[in-house]
Amino acid sequence: MAEFLITLLKIFIVFGAVLGAMAYMTYFERKVLARMQARIGPNRVGPWGLLQPVADGVKLLTKESPIPANADKWVYLLAPVLVFVPALLVWAVIPFGPGFTAFGERISQSIANINVALLYVLAMTSVGVYGIVMAGWASNNKYALLGGLRSSAQVVSYEVTLGISLIGAIMLAGSMNLGDIVEAQRGTWFGFLPRWFVLPQLLGFALYLISAVAETNRAPFDLPEAESELVAGFHVEYGGFGFAMFFLGEYISMLAVSALASAVFLGGYLGPTIPFVPAALTGVFWFAAKMAIFIFFYYWLRATLPRFRYDQLISLCWKVMLPLALLNILVTAIVKLLV
Amino acid sequence: MLPLTLFFLLFAAVALFGAVMVLVSRNPVHSVLFMLLTFANVAGMFLLLNAEFIAAVQLLVYSGAILVLFLFVVMLLQRGERPLPALTQPLQAPVAIFVGLALLSELALVVLTSNVGGGTRGADTPEAIARAGGNIQALGSQLYTTWLLPFEIASVLLLVAAVGAIYLAKEDI
Repeated sequence: MAEFLITLLKIFIVFGAVLGAMAYMTYFERKVLARMQARIGPNRVGPWGLLQPVADGVKLLTKESPIPANADKWVYLLAPVLVFVPALLVWAVIPFGPGFTAFGERISQSIANINVALLYVLAMTSVGVYGIVMAGWASNNKYALLGGLRSSAQVVSYEVTLGISLIGAIMLAGSMNLGDIVEAQRGTWFGFLPRWFVLPQLLGFALYLISAVAETNRAPFDLPEAESELVAGFHVEYGGFGFAMFFLGEYISMLAVSALASAVFLGGYLGPTIPFVPAALTGVFWFAAKMAIFIFFYYWLRATLPRFRYDQLISLCWKVMLPLALLNILVTAIVKLLV
Repeated sequence: MLPLTLFFLLFAAVALFGAVMVLVSRNPVHSVLFMLLTFANVAGMFLLLNAEFIAAVQLLVYSGAILVLFLFVVMLLQRGERPLPALTQPLQAPVAIFVGLALLSELALVVLTSNVGGGTRGADTPEAIARAGGNIQALGSQLYTTWLLPFEIASVLLLVAAVGAIYLAKEDI
């Protein structure tokens, strides 16, 4: 029973933290984009515009959510849920810290410490595509349908490279458990280089980053919602709460793939100890800091690169990234056999 | 034990409901979505059997990749509801009834004659899997030692199928 209550408490904490982080990701994005374009960004609501996400949230939730006349009502209503829920479910296996002992009980800092954690994360991100495809189809709008079709082809393709780019790191750690993968990166090489997998798996890391951007439909791979040709793609017919769910889902997915990148390649919650602060909290701090780097990278890409053409996107995946990812596995296997 | 049984009943009921709805939905897109429901619940049943790896792969491969392509094709080929196509081939109805009855009696035979739930356990008990270091390790070592030949034959078969599909799809190679 105590275990059940602790898990429930963890779920509430993670849920709240992820949604809170998501709200301020939008603020961060607008500020970063604005600075990169020599603007100021949101600065009217609250000090430094810090209450802007709250105002946006209230606005979205109080708006009308119309259902198009010829839409497939059930599929139309289900689609945003199927984007939002899998994105949130990923967080069940993310380790936020090394765990701690309280009241004589060992408490791990992840909701579910399962053996097939990495596969579970990949499965959840791949289920997320249904929401987008269903939204595109159910809206009964040709732009939405095109966006949905683009998305399904894109996500199915990049999911392959996303999974295969992680295999090198799995081989180095000898486990698919995220906690074990992080712990395998503890220590240093030559006394000063952290044993993070980003160094031996530089190619895998690069492939993962590119696939992650494509998998979450972000710029420069945001073809499913290309506003200049498809208006807004799959969510063009959504307003109010439905739109908010898509928005939440997209940002939480970004945060989730960033968390995965931090855990697998950048040593997750590992980092220098901070004096007088317990290891459980420094772990959360370093983990959040590493995620923030990836989030910034996302925005940096968005401000810098123009959108890809669709055939470029797909041939990049199958003709360049997939062979490189397979090569990465081969080289890692040979090195692991020899060393 | 009781919560597990309840979960099993839940998953089984929803999976069966989904499977029936795949057949009776008039809209092919709805059929595919109900199939997704069935697959997700089958994954849940694998979890109850301590087969985490199979459950994750079920979601990843069947739900995440194969069914998306199904949906893709159905959405491109057909929009909106259509009446069921009339039975066009001669003898189609009698043959269908015969095949359906044959399948049903086979299933009934298996269920009625075999000792469901009372059989002896195989070597791969949860304890044995835990000793091997988990699901993935146990499955991997089995695949690459005991079942290496069937595994390789299956891979070659898949390769042949892929080559055939590419040959059919490409006009000139």
